[in-house]
Amino acid sequence: MKNRYLYFLILVFALLAASMQDVSAVISEDEVKSEKTEKEFDAAPFIMEHVADSHEWHILTKKDGTDVAVYLPVIIYDRESGFHLFSSRKIAHGHSYKNFTVAHEGKYAGKIVKVDEHGQHDGSKPPLDFSITKAIFGMIVASVILLWLMLALARSYRKTGISAPKGLQGVLEPVILFIRDDVAIPNIGEHKYGKFMPYLLTVFFFILINNLLGLVPIFPFGANVTGNVNVTFVLALLTFLITQFSANKNHWRHVFAAPGVPFWLLPIMIPIEIIGLFSKPFALMIRLFANITAGHIIVLSLVTLIFIFKSVLVAPVSIFFVLFMDCIELLVAFLQAYVFTLLSALFIGMATAEPEHH
Amino acid sequence: MLLQSSLASPAIGTVFWTTLIFFILLFLLWKFAWGPIMNAVKAREDMIHNALDSAEKAREEMKVLQADNEIILRKAREERDKILRDARAAYDRMMADAKEKSQSESDALVRRAKELIEREKVSAIAEVKREVAKLAIEVASKVVGETLKSDAEQQKLIERYINEIEANRN
Repeated sequence: MKNRYLYFLILVFALLAASMQDVSAVISEDEVKSEKTEKEFDAAPFIMEHVADSHEWHILTKKDGTDVAVYLPVIIYDRESGFHLFSSRKIAHGHSYKNFTVAHEGKYAGKIVKVDEHGQHDGSKPPLDFSITKAIFGMIVASVILLWLMLALARSYRKTGISAPKGLQGVLEPVILFIRDDVAIPNIGEHKYGKFMPYLLTVFFFILINNLLGLVPIFPFGANVTGNVNVTFVLALLTFLITQFSANKNHWRHVFAAPGVPFWLLPIMIPIEIIGLFSKPFALMIRLFANITAGHIIVLSLVTLIFIFKSVLVAPVSIFFVLFMDCIELLVAFLQAYVFTLLSALFIGMATAEPEHH
Repeated sequence: MLLQSSLASPAIGTVFWTTLIFFILLFLLWKFAWGPIMNAVKAREDMIHNALDSAEKAREEMKVLQADNEIILRKAREERDKILRDARAAYDRMMADAKEKSQSESDALVRRAKELIEREKVSAIAEVKREVAKLAIEVASKVVGETLKSDAEQQKLIERYINEIEANRN
């Protein structure tokens, strides 16, 4: 009972810290800006900067204008000069290094482009960017935590043998059993669910932990991983590939010669079915990306209200709403991980279903 | 602004690293976490299942055993009653036999005694008769003297008198 209150307090403080950190960052940024130019505070770039991926992990800007940031490694492959590895500190703030810099405007804004001697983008296609960006770094941190958690769980089973679940087992086992009993078995079936369980469990916990850590605003957490469309693309692609490669004859017959459909309808039905194959994982990709990104944008928007109104009096209102939103985001974090896993299981189940005997 | 930012734009690096990290994670978790965890959970579920089954079986056996006990107990009670009944019957029979035997023995004793007495009486009477006859002859011979010649005639006469006396007595 006591622990429950403790967790609640920690949650509240974490959420408060979330809003506070953003506030401090905005304040300093705002002051710097107001010293230089007395222009209106523009919320959009500020929000985008926090939501989008970047090569450096900006923590805060001090009053004297210097940044406190973690500079992540840049790995790029240029078609002419090959691989380059250097710190993103060297190309921060508009600097260029080895003729590379981050474009701030134009077609390739936010990407690393090649520049000429005058610091101008030479218009060539940008090099392939394999940098450990903020999202990748956040993902690695989340993966390490997840791995540690699950290995500890596996170890606890080895150590205690067969006994009543307690501690870590008591927390994680119901979730694992939920994925097995309420997601995998009803959708895929008693006999086939086994070989898909590792993927479903991994994808569920991967999304969940990244969603949750995305809500924690303190370095090294808070990167927008599952709100990155490239990340969700990979996850959706994996579901798509698993679905298609585990599909049985029945599945393909439904695509190319749906039973009970008159033959003159097939020229319409086949393209629709093929589009359906792709639209399902596409929806998975967009759903996760949009939900998580939208949540982050709402939280950040509520914070920027303080600076749009230029009044500290708005702060309590903002903090209250941010707190409220963070609670909803907590729910969304679980919900989206569940929905992604459920739909993956559903698609796999549909593709592996045995034909019904009428 | 939204389209210009890197929010929704494809990034090959992110795709590459995500794929790599996810596959490493999938492999490690598959090998070292999901396998052992699912096995342990399955083993425990099986054990609970078996334990419940055997508890149910034990309860059934208990029920059967209890029924058996009841039967054995009832049989034992019946046996006891039967033994008691038999014992009482045997006692009664023995008592009856003993009574009968003693009765017949005593009856026989009395009968023999009576017979003996009868015999003694008859012989005693005959003795008395002889004694009386002798006595009467002696008395008569003394009284009459030598008046009577032959003993045979005397004897005949005496018997006639005695008979007359007996007839008179009756």
